[in-house]
Amino acid sequence: MDLAYGPKYEAFREEVRAFLTKHKNQAPKGLGAAGRPSPEACSWQQLLIQNGYAARTIPKDYGGYGAKPDILESRLIAEEFSAARVPSALQNQGISMLVPTLLELGTEEQKKKWVKPTLRGEVVWCQGYSEPGSGSDLASLQTKATVDGDDFVINGQKIWTSTAHEADMIFCLVRTEPDKPKHEGISYLIFSMKTPGIEVRPLTTMTGHAEFNEVFFTDVRVPKTQIVGQRGQGWFVANATLKYERGMLGDPAAMETRFQALVDLMREETVDGQRAIDNPIFRDRLVRLQAELAAMKFNGLRLLTSASKGEDPGLARLIVKLQSCELTHQISALAIDVMGEFGVLYDDSPYLRSHGSWQWGYMFQLGLIIGGGTAQIQKNIISERGLGMPREPKQAK
Amino acid sequence: MEFALSEEQRMLQDSVRRFLEQNAPLDKVRLAAGNTHTVQRSLWAGASEMGIPGMLIPEDFGGMGLGFLDAAIVYEMIGRHVAPLPFLGTAVMAPLALMLAGSEAQQEKWLPRIAAGEILAGVAVTEKIGIREDAGVKARNGTLTGKSLFVIDWAEADLYIVADSDHGLHLVLPDAKGLSRRALNTIDKTRSVGELVFDQVAAEPLPRSSADAVARVIDAGRVMLAADTLGAGQMMIEKAVAYAGERKQFGRVIGSFQAVKHLCAEMAAALEPSRSLVWYAAHALDEVPGDAHLMACHAKSHLSEVGRFVARTATEVHGGMGFTDLLGLHYWFKRIGFDRQLLGGPELVRLEAARLQGWAA
Repeated sequence: MDLAYGPKYEAFREEVRAFLTKHKNQAPKGLGAAGRPSPEACSWQQLLIQNGYAARTIPKDYGGYGAKPDILESRLIAEEFSAARVPSALQNQGISMLVPTLLELGTEEQKKKWVKPTLRGEVVWCQGYSEPGSGSDLASLQTKATVDGDDFVINGQKIWTSTAHEADMIFCLVRTEPDKPKHEGISYLIFSMKTPGIEVRPLTTMTGHAEFNEVFFTDVRVPKTQIVGQRGQGWFVANATLKYERGMLGDPAAMETRFQALVDLMREETVDGQRAIDNPIFRDRLVRLQAELAAMKFNGLRLLTSASKGEDPGLARLIVKLQSCELTHQISALAIDVMGEFGVLYDDSPYLRSHGSWQWGYMFQLGLIIGGGTAQIQKNIISERGLGMPREPKQAK
Repeated sequence: MEFALSEEQRMLQDSVRRFLEQNAPLDKVRLAAGNTHTVQRSLWAGASEMGIPGMLIPEDFGGMGLGFLDAAIVYEMIGRHVAPLPFLGTAVMAPLALMLAGSEAQQEKWLPRIAAGEILAGVAVTEKIGIREDAGVKARNGTLTGKSLFVIDWAEADLYIVADSDHGLHLVLPDAKGLSRRALNTIDKTRSVGELVFDQVAAEPLPRSSADAVARVIDAGRVMLAADTLGAGQMMIEKAVAYAGERKQFGRVIGSFQAVKHLCAEMAAALEPSRSLVWYAAHALDEVPGDAHLMACHAKSHLSEVGRFVARTATEVHGGMGFTDLLGLHYWFKRIGFDRQLLGGPELVRLEAARLQGWAA
């Protein structure tokens, strides 16, 4: 057990700090996280790439910085940007999912064409995976692509497509071999969202906002060359991508920020003149959450150590999505409870606290428990891959 | 940056695991449980050969000079095997009290004997956490009067470390005049606790006693109890998974039903991050003094909650068999229950954690 980074990494930390001190004022104010980054965010991103604080390990030939992968360096960069409250590298599905997939399985032409502008925030992608009838059982997806001359012709529907209304491009799973077993009949296509026949409809959720979209395809023609990997191999291409999904690693720092906001809230909110934090029941719940948060934080350090040694941490990794989403939700739940009646205020109501972010979070985070592999699917994964328990027997067709 | 057990620590844990597999199988535990307040001398002798009683004791005093993380991973193994060993008082809390508060002469006299496994030491500190039944010990003119409950490793102790109501720590010999002792019988038959009643009992103060020293002894005890629950809980999960893989109903193993698998997944999801919390809390006792008290509270309270969930859930996965004495699963259930209540239950410990952060008066 050694929680120090050592002189080599501390020197690197100083470099990051020096960069931040020098360039802090160029950072964009808002975070264009999921949607289209602002021009300021794009030039910030370019500065970060030039200095190795974004796209750090992507080869120079494809528009990255070209450093050797070093998980501790990445961690230090994240820590310092977070401590300085400066927006870090752009994070979106194009950068975190499509780019690694293209680098691993794309053609040279695809890499040359798409990686650089994606990294720079100039091309925004959305992910066309889930369908109304194919959520947890994603491989049963039905959106069809038939061959007509040099094109695929796509018909069907996708759902839960965040940023589809902003996106230039989509990476999309379609069924090309309807007669093959479900995992072997899928192809991975990339195409422009401006292609005729695509309709994007915003999907309003329980939060009252449209954080997602539905995307409809009617005779959408995509050249056959825009496939990644082989025909029928799309499931495996997508799985190469899924392992890059960042959410799976959890973000203890973000949870800690949220927890601190909860502490502040509990010091401010009063009922009958008594602060929420002086209510023994609320306070007990708060400390209980703090202990769970500590456990997840140290679990995160354990994962970091495993990753730096190239070891598979097994259960410690498999439980992260389930536990983090639940904990985040519980932090919001306590915030709402300490507000009492004020906990139901929303929209632009008088007396609204923190712009309604706790209420929005409480609802949206329930979506996160369901999305990206439901809690129940996570439990299947934990029990089957982590504990070696048997799979549910397949029903005869 | 390395948040992991070292190679040496893994080897230490493996050797303790092997020792307990061979020397403390369930039938031995059952025999011991019939005689809770009788120390299992041969088992303790074996542990002593491995240096376990002197783990924390400096090499100058015949110990191994290891740290709390080493002690925690050993107690995790002891919990895993529900082994009837007087580790908590004798190997952790008593030596720590002597090291923090004892005079050189006291250390020279007692620590080598503890390290060699020659003597056992009980620890009476419960009243520093909460007073029940008018318990509490007053020190006056070199004597102690009052009583202390839930004295850890009470049985056959050759020496007691006793906290008075004024942050003083004292050495008391079991045959001292005016001392009476009563066993307390708990659900957990693998560990001994008892009551000490003092009527002007001659006691030798530890001269460097302080509130801080008492608190550190309790913190260490709490982290160890958390580690014990970690080990016992881990074993319960493994037993539940194994049982679910064998037991058949409706023509298939019950472990293939999602209702059962999900219970197992929930247990693992709760316990696995707790492991990192226990590691850090133990590490902090040695290396991060500013974090040590808060993290001891978090480890104790969190493992208590996770432990309760795992203990009941693993029992449920075993169905009716889990409820019987046949499998002996209840030894783990009870061990975890004991860990939760001793040295402050989770609500009480969380209140301490809140006070520490200025969240409570």
